[in-house]
Amino acid sequence: MEATSTILLNNVINVMTFTESLGRLYALWLREFKVFIRERSRLIASTFTPVLWLFVIGSGFGSTHPSTGVVDYQKFIFPGIVCMSVIFSSVFFGSYIIWDRKFDFLKSVMVAPVSRDIVFIGKTLGGMPNSLVQAAILLVIGLTIGINMDFISLVQTVIIVLLLSFSLTSVGLTIGSYIESLEGFQLIISFVVFPLFFLSGALFPLKSLPLWLLLLSAIDPATYAVDSLRAAILGISSYSFSIDVVVLLVFTIILAIFGSYSFRRMRAV
Amino acid sequence: MIAIRDLVKKYSNLTAVDGLNLDIYESEVFGLLGSNGAGKTTTIHMLATLLKPTSGTAIVNGYDIVTQSAKVRSSVGIVFQAPSSDDMLTGYENLKLHSWLYNVPRQIRAKRIAEVLDLVGLTQRKDDQVKKYSGGMRRRLEIARGLIHKPKVIFLDEPTLGLDPSSRESMWEYIKRLVKEEKITIILTTHYMEEADLLCDRIGIIDKGKIIVLDTPSRLKEMIGGDVIKVRLSHEKQPNIELLKKFSFVHKVEQSNEDGLIHLSVEDANRNLPIILKYIDTEWVEYTSPTLNDVFLKSTGRNIKEEPEGGFMEKFARYDQK
Ligand SMILES: Nc1ncnc2c1ncn2[C@@H]1O[C@H](COP(=O)(O)OP(=O)(O)OP(=O)(O)O)[C@@H](O)[C@H]1O
Ligand SMILES: [Mg+2]
Repeated sequence: MEATSTILLNNVINVMTFTESLGRLYALWLREFKVFIRERSRLIASTFTPVLWLFVIGSGFGSTHPSTGVVDYQKFIFPGIVCMSVIFSSVFFGSYIIWDRKFDFLKSVMVAPVSRDIVFIGKTLGGMPNSLVQAAILLVIGLTIGINMDFISLVQTVIIVLLLSFSLTSVGLTIGSYIESLEGFQLIISFVVFPLFFLSGALFPLKSLPLWLLLLSAIDPATYAVDSLRAAILGISSYSFSIDVVVLLVFTIILAIFGSYSFRRMRAV
Repeated sequence: MIAIRDLVKKYSNLTAVDGLNLDIYESEVFGLLGSNGAGKTTTIHMLATLLKPTSGTAIVNGYDIVTQSAKVRSSVGIVFQAPSSDDMLTGYENLKLHSWLYNVPRQIRAKRIAEVLDLVGLTQRKDDQVKKYSGGMRRRLEIARGLIHKPKVIFLDEPTLGLDPSSRESMWEYIKRLVKEEKITIILTTHYMEEADLLCDRIGIIDKGKIIVLDTPSRLKEMIGGDVIKVRLSHEKQPNIELLKKFSFVHKVEQSNEDGLIHLSVEDANRNLPIILKYIDTEWVEYTSPTLNDVFLKSTGRNIKEEPEGGFMEKFARYDQK
C-alpha cells in the first residue's frame, strides 16, 4: 500500500517536472522565434544563395550534365538545394550561442534553475522556423521550374527538413559551445558545411563517386536527407524513403546527445 | 542567510578570491566594497553557482552552493555587472521568459510581472524593445528580472555602474523601495563610497580577494575618528573653551598651527554642533565627517578609484573580453 502511494507520488512529481520542463522549453523556443520574426534580414540572406545555385548551377550545368537519368538536371538538384539551404542556415545557427554568451544573455539563462539539456533543446528547436520557412520559399520557387507536389510529399518534406535541421543545428551549437569568438566559429564551420554539402549527393548522383568518397558520404547525415527528399519530391532515390528517415533519425539522436553533453560542460561565465 | 566558509577561487596563477569567510544575515543590505579586480564579481558568481569554487564553500538559504546548486539557483536572484536581457525582445517579454524559466506558477505570473515592472518604474515602457531602453532602464529591467521569482536573496553586481548622477540617485531610490517592499536580503557590490554608505546596513571592504574590514558604515567611520569642527572665534580669550573639554562628546580641543583655527574632535557633529555654539562666539564654522574613502584609504593604503579607468565604455569592453 505504502509502496504504491510512493510510486504514485513519484509519478506525480515526474509529471510535474515534465510539464515544468515543457514550459521552459516553450519559453526558450518562443524567444528564438520572436527574434527570428523580428530579424527578417537573416532569412533573406540565407535563402538568396540557394536560389542562386538553383538557377546558375542548375541551368548552367544542366546543358552539359547528362548523367542524372530520368529528370533534367535542374529538377534533379532541387531537393539538394533545399537541403543546402537547411545545412547552411542550421550550422550557422550555432553562432547565436556565441552571441548569447557575448551579451551575457546565456549567463542569465544558466543562473536560472533550468537544466542544460533544456537550454540545448530549446535553442535547437529555435533553429527550426528558419529552416522551414526557407524550405517553403524554395518550394514555391520550385513551382516555376515545374516541381509539383502532392500533400503526402509535402508532409514528407517537412519531416525531413525538421530532422535535418535539428541534427545540423546540434552540430552548429556543439561547435559554438566550444568556441569563444565569432571569427573562429566562421572559420571552423566552413570546414564542416562544405563537406556536408558536397558529399551529400546534392549536386550529382552518388553512384558516380569513387568508393572512398562514397564511404564518407555514408556518414554524412545530409546524404539521407537529400536522398529521401528526392524520393519524396521526384520519386527517385538510392535507398528507400523509410530507410533514409530512420538513418536520419538515428543521426539526429546521436548529434543531439553530443550537443547536450557539450552544453553541460560549457562554462557559465 | 549566507555563510561563506574559506571560499577560494584561483585562475591559473591568480587568486581572485582568497579564503573568504563571511556571514550575511537575513533581510540586511550587505555591501561588498572594493576597487577593480578586488574579487567582487567572482565572489558573487560563486554564490550564484555560476562558478565552481577552487575550494571552500558557502551555504545560501540553507543550501550548499557546491552540492545543491539547483536549489540555490531557485532561491536567489542576480543582476549582473553587464546587462543581460535580450534586446530584441520587449521588457515584458524578457520578464515573461524568466518567469517561465523560474517556473513562476501560471496563476500569479501576470500579477508578478506587473508588480516588478511597477517596482522599477517600467510599466509605461514594458512593450518597447529593450534596445530602445536607456542604460538606466536596462539596469532596472535587470533588477525586475532578478526579482521575478520572489527570491530570498538578490545579488546586485554594481547596480549603478555607468549611470549618470541623476539616474544613479533614482536607482538608489528603487533599491531602497526594494528593501521596504520585498523584504529580501540584498548583497550589492560597488566601488562608490557614497552608495555603500547610503544603502548598506553593513559593509565589507574586499581587497585582493580578502575581506579586510567589516562593520556598519557609521562604525567604520568612527574607526577613523569622530567629526572635526573648525571654528574661528569672534574674539580672543573665551574661557568657555576650556569648559567644552568637559563634555563627553568632545574628545579633543586644540589650536591648529596650520590655519590658526580651533579644531574640535567631536562625536556626531550634526547633533552636538549647536550645543557647542551656545558656549562660544564664532564668526566662521566648518565641520567635516570622515568618509568611507578615509576608511578605505586607511585599511588598504590606497584610494578607491571613483571611476574605473577610462570610464564606463572601456570597462564594458574589458568585461566583454573576459
Ligand atoms: N575568467 C577569468 N580568467 C582569469 N582571471 C580572471 C577571470 N575572471 C576574473 N579574473 C581575475 O580575477 C580578479 C578578480 O576579478 P573580479 O571580476 O572578481 O573583480 P571585481 O572586484 O568584480 O572588479 P570590477 O570592479 O572591475 O568588476 C581580477 O584580477 C581578474 O582579472
Ligand atoms: Mg565586478
